[in-house]
Amino acid sequence: MKEKGRFGQFGGFYVPEVLIPALEEIEQAFYKFYKDPRFVAELNELYKNYAGRPTPLYHAKRLSEHCGFSVYLKREDLLHGGAHKVNNCLGQGLLAQYMGKTRLIAETGAGQHGLATAMIGALFGMETKIFMGSIDVERQNVNVHKMKLCGAEVIPVKGGTCTLKDAINDALRYWTAHVQDTFYLFGTAGGPHPYPTVVKHFQSPIGTEARRQCLEQIGRLPDMVIACVGGGSNAIGIFSGFIDDKSVKLIGVEGAGRGVNTTHHCATLNVGTVGVLHGARTYLLQDADGQIHETECISAGLDYPGVGPEHAFLKESGRAEYVCADDKQVLDAFELVCKKEGILPALESSHAIAWLVGQKGKLPPETIAVVNLSGRGDKDVGIVEKHRPVK
Amino acid sequence: MKTYAQTFKELKRSAIIPFFVIGDPDYDTSLSIVKTAIDAGADILELGIAFSDPIADGPTIQKADIRALAAGMNIKRALQFVREIKNYKDIPIGLLMYYNLVYQYGVEKFFNDFHAAGVNSVLIADLSIDDADEVLAPAKKAGLETVFMVTPVTNDERIKLIASHTTGFIYTVSTLGVTGARQTLSNMVKPLIKTIKSITDIPVCVGFGISNPKQAAEVASAGADGVIIGSAIVKIIEDNLADKKQMLDNVKNFVAAIKNATAPNNI
Ligand SMILES: Cc1ncc(COP(=O)(O)O)c(C=O)c1O
Repeated sequence: MKEKGRFGQFGGFYVPEVLIPALEEIEQAFYKFYKDPRFVAELNELYKNYAGRPTPLYHAKRLSEHCGFSVYLKREDLLHGGAHKVNNCLGQGLLAQYMGKTRLIAETGAGQHGLATAMIGALFGMETKIFMGSIDVERQNVNVHKMKLCGAEVIPVKGGTCTLKDAINDALRYWTAHVQDTFYLFGTAGGPHPYPTVVKHFQSPIGTEARRQCLEQIGRLPDMVIACVGGGSNAIGIFSGFIDDKSVKLIGVEGAGRGVNTTHHCATLNVGTVGVLHGARTYLLQDADGQIHETECISAGLDYPGVGPEHAFLKESGRAEYVCADDKQVLDAFELVCKKEGILPALESSHAIAWLVGQKGKLPPETIAVVNLSGRGDKDVGIVEKHRPVK
Repeated sequence: MKTYAQTFKELKRSAIIPFFVIGDPDYDTSLSIVKTAIDAGADILELGIAFSDPIADGPTIQKADIRALAAGMNIKRALQFVREIKNYKDIPIGLLMYYNLVYQYGVEKFFNDFHAAGVNSVLIADLSIDDADEVLAPAKKAGLETVFMVTPVTNDERIKLIASHTTGFIYTVSTLGVTGARQTLSNMVKPLIKTIKSITDIPVCVGFGISNPKQAAEVASAGADGVIIGSAIVKIIEDNLADKKQMLDNVKNFVAAIKNATAPNNI
């Protein structure tokens, strides 16, 4: 490998020897192509005409009124596929094409990354296999159906806790056996180097656009940027645009599930400890021996016991702050955005909104907050209905 | 404490190296199983400490990890297990495990404590030679020998680098993929043994996918200094959970059959 892939003490590439050449190949291809004019032009064309970039920065006036300060929503929910995941999939998918790989594999939790990968597999005419925890297959069955419609094979994973971490385990195992023709399209800003760097790069248009839009539409930078954090890809994407603007607070919101003092949450940066999982040194939810905990959260997309290593670094360096919202606050926020704005936010994104709504009365009225609305909530309507039947 | 070098030198044949997950299916049965394998002719032991997320392992060893964890296996008990085995016989023991367990315990303390218990080496499945600086100095200080993996996709330059940091043996992965029994021996294994042998004199032990006496004999005749058998033997435990006596008999017969098939006059 050319680089160590470190963010301070975090990151790295802690993988079995057999995977090193494959990671090396991706690192090499990424640095060869990411600034290559032909690659950039092709990707930008796809961002624009396939995915629907740039996405609007929307001033949510009634939500702002409710909060007592200005709330702007970065509308990644309007992208093709319904979430920010398509940004990363187009980038890595195109990279896989340039590398001559014939098969895409991916893990998925909520099914959003699986769906985005399935779409891109269809777009590029590549064989696509999606690994998904069997519990997630059940709770996100609409996305499973969509993936299949796009021609992907969905492989239910029954190992361990049957959720996202186990899907990653099985995708890694499959990759080990098929490294030569398979590209592992990793879904979040975690995993071994070079993925955290690659994923951040392909998600960075969120931040670049949002910053420009703030200057154009508001005439100044926001006071804070808020994003939900599962593995951390939508958050690092929007943070990347503001990281050098020291006046802009960066806030990541994790899932407190049924409460951080229970065992039913996924607030890794809030209460986790440092360890090594899925190729990276980062914060983890684990016991004293290092066995990884089960996690629980109302949104499958945040249900992961680790977090991207750059977020661990941003936490430690103090540049970003990581907070959390519990399931009840999230459902309240979901309903509030529906009622006030006529927008159904994904339950993942509702975490970011929930924290912000909780700041009502605590922030000066001139505050400008930008929330990354990472996805739309259509996929979650059934789950919300279960918890909060509509009268 | 017997070293790998002494063992290979005395043997004058391929070493037979069965793999077990410590505490599978429970502490006491596991102890009987390992002792049975020693009596049946095991020359070196490869022992795993169960982890919740074993990404280099196939279904058989995943299930063994789950059984061991469910029966209460933890690092403290693993230490005790190694001590009990060493009291039974001075046989070289290599641990094969995942980094997070070592990391949480503290790398130096882990190496010191397990070396004191009688372990010869600690192979970390998800730590490549690129990050060896995190373990080499503490391993040396603790008195451990070092073992690293080479796979069919490891290039010559890397094999050289790996060999230069290895004092015990090179754990040679016979095929692309995770652990698991396989019908046929990978056609990558013989050329790989040859390549490694042309680069270094460090002993070469071959594992992943070796499932029966015939395959073991092929690997031995290709010049391997050791034959590591994991999933095939762990599967015997899985298949006989209801009948401990049968389990031990089958382990004994299997190890003996491997030993016999790989004897110099049989290959
Ligand atoms: C809409 C949406 N937001 C956020 C996430 C969490 O992922 P990340 O933290 O990588 O952005 C997901 C994951 O599936 C998602 O679907």
